[in-house]
Amino acid sequence: MHPIGTVHYLALSTALLLIGTVGVLTRRNIVIILMSIELILNAVNINLIVFSRALHSVSGQVFAIFVITDAVAEAAVGLGILIALFRNKETVLADEIDLLKW
Amino acid sequence: MNFLDQIWLIPLFPLLGAALMLLLGKMLDPQPVSEVAVAGGVEPVFEHGHDHDHQHPHHHDHHHGHGHTHDHGHDHSHGHVHSPLKFLINLICPGMVLLSLIFSAGAVWQLSQQTERVHQVIQFTWLAGLPFHMANGQMAAFQADWGFLLDPLSSVMILVVTGVGFLIHVYSTGYMAHDNGYYRFFGYLNLFVFFMLMLVLANNYALLFVGWEGVGLCSYLLIGFYFHKKSAADAGKKAFIVNRVGDSGFVLGMLLMLSVLGTVKFTDVNTVLRSGQFAVETGGFGVLSVMALLLFIGATGKSAQFPLYVWLPDAMEGPTPVSALIHAATMVTAGVYMVARSSALFSLTPKTSLIVAVVGAFTAILAATIALVQNDIKRVLAYSTVSQLGYMFLALGVGAYWVAIFHLFTHAFFKALLFLGSGSVIHAVGGEQDMRRMGALKDKIPITHWTMWVGSIAIAGIPGFAGFFSKDEILWQAYSSPLGSPLLWSVGFVTAALTAFYMWRLMNMTFYGKSHVPPEVEKHIHESPASMTVPLSLLAAGSVLAGWLGTPKLWNLPEVFRGFEAWLEPAFTPAVAAAHEAANAAGESSMELTLMLASILVAIVGIWVARVLYCQKPEIPDRIEARFKPVYTLLYNKWYVDEIYDFLFVDGLCKGGGLALGAFDRDVVDGGVNGAGWLTRFSSTVSIWWDTWIVDGAVRFGSFFVKMMSYPVCILETGRVQTYAFFVVVGVLAFLGFYVTR
Repeated sequence: MHPIGTVHYLALSTALLLIGTVGVLTRRNIVIILMSIELILNAVNINLIVFSRALHSVSGQVFAIFVITDAVAEAAVGLGILIALFRNKETVLADEIDLLKW
Repeated sequence: MNFLDQIWLIPLFPLLGAALMLLLGKMLDPQPVSEVAVAGGVEPVFEHGHDHDHQHPHHHDHHHGHGHTHDHGHDHSHGHVHSPLKFLINLICPGMVLLSLIFSAGAVWQLSQQTERVHQVIQFTWLAGLPFHMANGQMAAFQADWGFLLDPLSSVMILVVTGVGFLIHVYSTGYMAHDNGYYRFFGYLNLFVFFMLMLVLANNYALLFVGWEGVGLCSYLLIGFYFHKKSAADAGKKAFIVNRVGDSGFVLGMLLMLSVLGTVKFTDVNTVLRSGQFAVETGGFGVLSVMALLLFIGATGKSAQFPLYVWLPDAMEGPTPVSALIHAATMVTAGVYMVARSSALFSLTPKTSLIVAVVGAFTAILAATIALVQNDIKRVLAYSTVSQLGYMFLALGVGAYWVAIFHLFTHAFFKALLFLGSGSVIHAVGGEQDMRRMGALKDKIPITHWTMWVGSIAIAGIPGFAGFFSKDEILWQAYSSPLGSPLLWSVGFVTAALTAFYMWRLMNMTFYGKSHVPPEVEKHIHESPASMTVPLSLLAAGSVLAGWLGTPKLWNLPEVFRGFEAWLEPAFTPAVAAAHEAANAAGESSMELTLMLASILVAIVGIWVARVLYCQKPEIPDRIEARFKPVYTLLYNKWYVDEIYDFLFVDGLCKGGGLALGAFDRDVVDGGVNGAGWLTRFSSTVSIWWDTWIVDGAVRFGSFFVKMMSYPVCILETGRVQTYAFFVVVGVLAFLGFYVTR
């Protein structure tokens, strides 16, 4: 049995990225979209940690902490916008909010 | 007291009087209420305080003949209302003229003591202009002073104006006693004297023109004194407008003089003209001749010469004292004065002088023929005035300037006398002016009769009376002067016969023969009061004595009896001297004597014929009239000159011109405006088309094109966030693919 190495972690993070991306592009509910964005961010985090361990550098870990902070802020603002949007449009479905066009 | 330096005061006295009257007169002359009370209900509607309304309150039962009343001065001496204020007017207005007369007499006396009889007082510079180029290229600056010139010529004029003017003022206090607007009348009269004195005392043409226009204004105001009467208002306008025609000539002449001589001051003009710089224009019609002709056109207007005389007979609509002062004695002689003043100019221009003489002679005989058949007593005198003014211009034209002034001087006396006498007659017969309703007034108004008798003898030219001396001298000069000719003399000679005839026709119809006065008027005929008869008597004395200042040389009387010529000589040298020489050269005294006797003879014949026709055998004139009906009608209608002028100028030029101007306005001016409007509309239509289809079209096409091009892009813009995110992912993958596969 092989020990779990760098490649495995990278595969995991790639999978998470793809799942998140597909979620963002395909799901209608904005809450789910925000959750998918979290997946993408965490895929990045895993990459950062993996390369930090592999390269014996803490810079990656520090960056990961920044990304987590960023994710928190993004979730807070995103949910705030979502609530304001719901109050006006009575919907949380992304395809019904299509004013952003000519 | 040095009167000479105070000559500027002479015109100021009447101006003061005029200012007092016209500014404060209304307070001095309230309409007497008491007049209405004693009016006896003749004119129950008398609007108090409406003092221009000429409702004559009658104080007696004597109000017949009012239907044809032309002159309103006749009410006087009945029921006088002597308000103390009216007395004040009587004191101020004639008093001011008397003061002027005293100052004038003093100044003239002191002038006669000087060796050089020219005195100039310049008060201040009145008009000062920028330098300009004269016709000959030299520089000159226009300047006109408020200056007064007293020389022999103007001294004669101021004495006539103030002397006759004063007598007529006194006469007017009686004549106008019961006219409304008493203060207005005297205000205008004083204003007239002021302007007339400015005219004759001015030391340059510009200031003379001020007086010239001023007397024209006063003439207009006084002709239209009864302005509620349409004929009077019309006559005033006619006088004013006809005078404007002449004035245009005066102004042009003055400007030409400024351009050629560079000055309008009398003394400078005379100096330049006598310096020999300008030759006598014997050959052609040079610039000086044009200048003189333009000035003469001005004189024809003011002095009622053909063709501009038509206003003077109509001017008789004014009160009779006005006719006497303005339209006989003084103002109408302004043209004669002006031409005499320009003698230096006229003596250089024989061509224009000939025109002056011919116009004068023609006017003299034309007016005399009209006067033969007129029935209105004042109209006869008006045409007589025109005729006598013609004599004066005849004298001016032949270069006998002093004779013209001499005739002006004598004429002022006897014509003022005749007019005032006619006023007295009119007043006696209750406002009647038609001589066919007079007659046999000799014993009823004896003073008027005798004074008028003197005047008529004087104008007819009987030796010993003023008119004889001046008229005979004119005839002799017309014959003997180098510019004269037997033809001019014969015209003057015939006119003299006509003059004697029409004046004695007037006398006979008025004073002698059978009475044609309606019986109810006859009862009330009365002699005028002293305020009227005393001036008449003084003027009658003048009509006899004035002539003795200019007796013919032939008579060989002492020098004092020929003083007039000697007195005026400095004003006219050397023009007079030349004429003089020639007259002496041509003058075989036998010829002069013959002509003199002939003119005396025709005067007597004229008087005798008038006596026979209108006194002894009054049926003959009717027969003559019936026999020569066309001639009579022609003369009675004044040669139809008024009608011709009406046709040519009033209807033809003015109305026709008005129509032509209307057509011009309608077709050309309006046409231009309408055309411009149409053009603007047309161009705006074109512009709209261009705007709509070309400019807007280009813009719209641009936008349409952009819109068309934008459609494919629009399809991509769904508005859905996820679509955009998908594009981002595709883009990232594309870049990734590009870098990976490279």
